[in-house]
Amino acid sequence: MIQYIIKRFFMMILTVLLIATLTFFLMHSIPGSPFDEDRTSNPTIQENLEKYYKLDQPLPVQYVNYLKAIVTFDFGPSIKKPNESVNNLLARGFPISFELGIVTILVAVLSGVTLGTLAALRHNGIIDYLAMTFAVVGISVPNFILATLFIQVFAGQLGWLPAATWQSPLHMILPTLALATGPMAIIARLTRSSMLEVMTQDYIKMARAKGLKPSRIIIRHALRNAMMPIVTIMGTMLAGILTGTFVIERIFAIPGMGKYFVESISNRDYPVIMGSTVFYSTFLIFMLFLVDIVYGILDPRIKLHKKEGESS
Amino acid sequence: MTNMKDVEIKDEWFTPKSKNMVKAEMVVRPSLSYWADAWRKLRKNKLAMSGLLFLMLLAIMAIFVPIFSPYLVTATDYPNQNKAPSMMHWFGTDDAGRDVFTRTWYGARISLFVGWMAALIDFFIGIIYGGISGYKGGKVDLMMMRIIEVLYGLPHLLVVILLMVVMDRSLTTIIIALTITGWVGMARIVRGQVLQIKNYEFVTASKSFGAKTSRIIRKNLLPNTMGPIIVQMTLTVPSAIFAEAFLSFLGLGIQTPFASWGVMANDALPVILSGDWWRLFFPALFISLTMFAFNVLGDGLQDALDPKQGG
Repeated sequence: MIQYIIKRFFMMILTVLLIATLTFFLMHSIPGSPFDEDRTSNPTIQENLEKYYKLDQPLPVQYVNYLKAIVTFDFGPSIKKPNESVNNLLARGFPISFELGIVTILVAVLSGVTLGTLAALRHNGIIDYLAMTFAVVGISVPNFILATLFIQVFAGQLGWLPAATWQSPLHMILPTLALATGPMAIIARLTRSSMLEVMTQDYIKMARAKGLKPSRIIIRHALRNAMMPIVTIMGTMLAGILTGTFVIERIFAIPGMGKYFVESISNRDYPVIMGSTVFYSTFLIFMLFLVDIVYGILDPRIKLHKKEGESS
Repeated sequence: MTNMKDVEIKDEWFTPKSKNMVKAEMVVRPSLSYWADAWRKLRKNKLAMSGLLFLMLLAIMAIFVPIFSPYLVTATDYPNQNKAPSMMHWFGTDDAGRDVFTRTWYGARISLFVGWMAALIDFFIGIIYGGISGYKGGKVDLMMMRIIEVLYGLPHLLVVILLMVVMDRSLTTIIIALTITGWVGMARIVRGQVLQIKNYEFVTASKSFGAKTSRIIRKNLLPNTMGPIIVQMTLTVPSAIFAEAFLSFLGLGIQTPFASWGVMANDALPVILSGDWWRLFFPALFISLTMFAFNVLGDGLQDALDPKQGG
């Protein structure tokens, strides 16, 4: 297990380094300097600007500086908003995006698992049918479409909920639902199919034979084992939710990190792009790493090698 | 078993059925190839078939509507801006008086093109990479899988966004950006399949007859890995369509006046509270229906192409 964690850890560092390098060279492969658009005809100003952002140095030196910036986590000032450092932007935007993400995951997992379990228990019944129809629809409608439709209907025509910003729990409902529906649908489908499989296993029959309450069988025995596939897709789901926050924050005018990221892309604000890309990918890759470890802890077959003959 | 004595034994019971001997040995059901069987199973799945039908109609409309429409996709008509659906403009017009009906089908073209191109390129790279990795095995496989593992850890859409920032914003760029990270999933599936199948007896038999490696890959391995590969392709298409719409929606993909469903939804964003519902509704409807159709078709194919599932 320790060996596995160490191996995964080095993999993680390598991936972060790769994406950081990729970002750096991509940004520097764009012809011209970021200040071209300012139309500063005065070459001295341009030179001073480049000196300030250390863009006058040779590329390898810049690369080393950049790696240093990553390790010390200091990405310097933004180009378009010179009074603001990238760190400031991240510190201001990230908590909001994080809140949105966490609430989304909670909503998606809780309702997805409930829906999937109900569908599996009423296999081929009306609840199963409705839940799976909802799941296929939920997977098919892109989150940004859902978000705009929600605004049009619930904020516009019905006027029940606020259409934008991030102030009260009431403001959180629409963005969270728009972002959570897709993952919820995926989780519901997965939970259903793995619950159907688990419920036919001998140890469930055993639990029944012992006379355990159905609720206890489902929660303690079935669901616990049926959760494994969901842990597996947690990583890709997190990535989906994270990129989802870009559009959702834009649509609902939420001042999170995704908004700054998208802005920095259209402004070509390189320090912000590089800073947030590295931050995002490190965060995501670290989450994948955690998911892997959790999976290893949850699934005894990974730890015990071939000792237990349950499935191999 | 009881009262054996009561049963009268008749002589005609023992007359041989000589005439029917040949027929008795015959297989009643016609022998079906893998593909014929899959098609038979798929045809029974009504949802998957309606998905397939919808996609075929979508493709036909996407090809012909922009050709025969009296309006150009990019043609502006300012006196007629933001008009509700009418006989003149079936899906209404946008804020520059462009015909939403024509634009919707032009968007379908873009979506289907991006989806299929991404899936096809993923398919070729994936088959070659995964095939070599799985067939060679050993050190080659180990090295190739290490590369894949690192690539798999990259946040997919983030890389695509980065590439879109750097390269000029065109359809080709979107496809390149999508496939640069997209082939990894396909390669993993092909490798897994090849790894499993290459040890089966029929491959050994083929080898013992002296078949060349290229023949084994073409005739034995690839046909037997096709099922999961096709399923993966039908799932790649909707995710590529989603990615294109997502990028265009963020302003990183296709740009107005050209139309894609993502662009149209993005352009409709400022007016969603004003009651001009058609500008969002039609692109939203078609992108959702298309994704739905691909998803149900993919599900159906998954069941149909699995030889272990009867029915």
